[in-house]
Amino acid sequence: MILGSINPAVLVAALMVAATPILLAAIGELIVEKAGVLNLGVEGMMIIGAVTGFIIAVNSGSPLMGFIGAALGGMALSLLFALLTQALMTNQVASGLALTLFGLGLSALIGQKYVGITPPRTPKLDLGLLSDIPFLGRAVFSHDIVVYLTIALVGAVWWFLKYSRAGMILRAVGENHDAAHGLGYHVKRVRVLAIMFGGACAGLGGAYLSLIRVPQWTEGMTVGAGWIALALVVFASWRPWRAMAGAYLFGGVVVLQLNLQAAGVRIPVEYLSMSPYLITILVLVIISSGKARGSLNAPGSLNRPFHASS
Amino acid sequence: MIRLEKRKEPSKFWRIANPFLAVVLTMLAGAVMFAMLGKDPVVAIRLIFFDPIFSDTFGSYSRPQLLIKSAPLILIAVGLAVGFKANIWNIGAEGQYIMGALFGAGVALAFFPAPGWYIFPLMVLAGAFGGFLWAMIPAILKTRFNTNEILVSLLLVYVAEKILAAMALGVMRNPDIAGFPGSRDLRRYEAAHNAELFANTGIHWGVVAALIAVIFAYVMMTRHMLGFHVQLAGQAPRAARFAGVSPARLVVICLGISGALAGLAGMFEVSGPGGQVRIEFATGYGFTAIIVAFLGRLNPIGIVLAGLLLGLTYIGGELGQMILQLPGAAIQVFQGMLLFFLLALDFQTNYRLRLSKGVRT
Repeated sequence: MILGSINPAVLVAALMVAATPILLAAIGELIVEKAGVLNLGVEGMMIIGAVTGFIIAVNSGSPLMGFIGAALGGMALSLLFALLTQALMTNQVASGLALTLFGLGLSALIGQKYVGITPPRTPKLDLGLLSDIPFLGRAVFSHDIVVYLTIALVGAVWWFLKYSRAGMILRAVGENHDAAHGLGYHVKRVRVLAIMFGGACAGLGGAYLSLIRVPQWTEGMTVGAGWIALALVVFASWRPWRAMAGAYLFGGVVVLQLNLQAAGVRIPVEYLSMSPYLITILVLVIISSGKARGSLNAPGSLNRPFHASS
Repeated sequence: MIRLEKRKEPSKFWRIANPFLAVVLTMLAGAVMFAMLGKDPVVAIRLIFFDPIFSDTFGSYSRPQLLIKSAPLILIAVGLAVGFKANIWNIGAEGQYIMGALFGAGVALAFFPAPGWYIFPLMVLAGAFGGFLWAMIPAILKTRFNTNEILVSLLLVYVAEKILAAMALGVMRNPDIAGFPGSRDLRRYEAAHNAELFANTGIHWGVVAALIAVIFAYVMMTRHMLGFHVQLAGQAPRAARFAGVSPARLVVICLGISGALAGLAGMFEVSGPGGQVRIEFATGYGFTAIIVAFLGRLNPIGIVLAGLLLGLTYIGGELGQMILQLPGAAIQVFQGMLLFFLLALDFQTNYRLRLSKGVRT
C-alpha cells in the first residue's frame, strides 16, 4: 500500500544526503571532545557555515569556494570559543551556548538579502560504470563528491586517533590534561587546534545544508541539526565509525518520515516531523543507560578547564 | 612577561562591575555593527536603550511594554538560575514555556464560553503544571538513565514547537473562523483574560508572579537549607554528597522549579499580551532568559535588573525595525554579544594578570 510506493534505492540515496551534514558536524565535535573540550556551539557554527558558504557560492558562482568559505566561517566562530575557553578560562557550557545564540542572530543578519535565491548547483559525481549498477548505482554511487569526502574524513579521523602520534597526543590531552602537561605537551595549543577543526567541520556541514540538501538560505535553517550532532557524539561513544552509523540511522529516520508525509499517511505532518528529535532522545537514553559502556567512554578531562598553575 | 595567576578568591568588585562593563562594551560593539549596516550608530543606540523610556513620542506606548517583555524573562531566568548554581543545565526553557502556554490555553478553551472566577486560577495551575511536566522528562531521564539533561531539554524545544503548530492548526483552532490557524483570542474571553491590572502600566498577573518568584528565590537561596544545598552541589559536589544532598533529588527539584516557572510565563503570555495559540507564539524568551540569568549573576535581584535591560532591547529592537529599518536579527546579535563580553570579562574575576620580571625557571 503506502509503503509500497517508496523506492528503496531512492530512500538509501536520500538517507546518505540527509546524514551528511550532521555527520560532518559530529565528526568535528568528536575531535573537539576527544581533546577534552565540550563545545555546545555546534548549532551556531553550522548556521554561520550555512550562510557564509551560501553567500560566497552565490557571489563567486562556485560551490567549491562556498564550501571553503563555510569552513573558514565556522572556524572563525570557533576561534571566538577558543579565545574564551582556552585563554580567558570561561565556562565551556555557557560559552558554547553564547556561540549558538550569537551565531543564529549573526547568520540571520548577514543572510537577510539572500533569502529566496537559488545557489549554483553542485554537480553529481560521474562514477561511470559504478553508477550503472542496478540498485547500488542509484542508491550509493550517484552522489555529489561531498558525501564521499565525508566518509573519507570519518576514515581519516579514525586512523588519526588510533594510529598517528598527533592523535595519541590529542587523546592524552583529553583523557588527563595534567598528565599530558607534565609530559611536556602543549595542552592549550592542541585544544585550540581541535576546536578550529571542529568549527571548520561544522561550517562544512552547514554549507551542505544550504548549498546541496535544501538548497536555499532561510533564517534558522539548521533547526537543531547541530544539537543532534552533539547527541550523535555521545551516541557514538566517541568512536568515528559509530558516529557514521548513527548519522545514517538518523538520516534514515528523517527520510522515512519525509516519505510518509509525501505518501499522505493519516498522521498530521507536525507529529511526523518531531520524530527525528524524539528518536535522538530515545537513542541517547539507551546509550547512556547501559552500565558497561556508553558514557563511561567519555574523555576523562571533558569539560574541565585547564590552567597550568606552575 | 605577562602571565595569568589564579586569584585565591574571586574578586567581589569585578563580579558586580563586570555586567555593567559588559553592557557598555556591547553598546560600543553594537555601534560599530550599526555603522557597518549603514545606520547612524548614535541614533540607533539611543533608539534601543533610551528612547523606549524617555522619548515623548513613543514613550507612552513603550513604557508599559517594558514590564510586559521583562516579566517572562525574569520569571524564567529566576528558575534557571537555581539550576545553573547547582550545575544543572536546563536550556530548554523555551519548550517548557510553550507547554505552559498550551496547558493554560487548553483549560481556557475547554471552559469557553462559561464565566467563572475559578477559570483563571485553574489556568495558572495548568500552566505551571505543563512546564513542570515538560521539564520532568529531562529530569527523570537524567536521574533514571543518566542521560545528558542539556541535550534532552534542548531537543524537546523542537518537539514542543511542533506540538504548538499541531495545536494551532488542529485541536485548538478557532472553529468560528474557517481556514485560519490559531486559537480563539483569550483576550476576548473575560474569565480567561490576563488583563492589565492598572491601566497603562503593563502590570498584569505575570508581573506579579515574577515579583513573587524573585522574593521566594531570594529567601530560598539565602535563608533556606535547600538554597544552601544547591550552592554546595554546584561548588563542591563531593562535599555535598557527604552532607547527604541527593544529586537525583536536586536534579528533579531544580528542573521542576525552572520548568514550572517557564510554564507560568508561557501561560501569562498566551492569556494576555500574546492572546492566542499561534504557530509564531514562541519568540525566544526561553533562550534570552539564559542570558538574563548569567547577566544577573544568578542572583534574584541581579536578574530583575538584567531582565529589565533585555526587555528594553526587545522594545528598542522593535522601534529600530519600525523607524530605522534595522534588521530584527540585530537584537539577537546584540544579546549574544552581551553574553560573550560578560563571559570574557569574568576572567578578571577569577584571575589576575601579573607582569613578572625575568625568565621563569
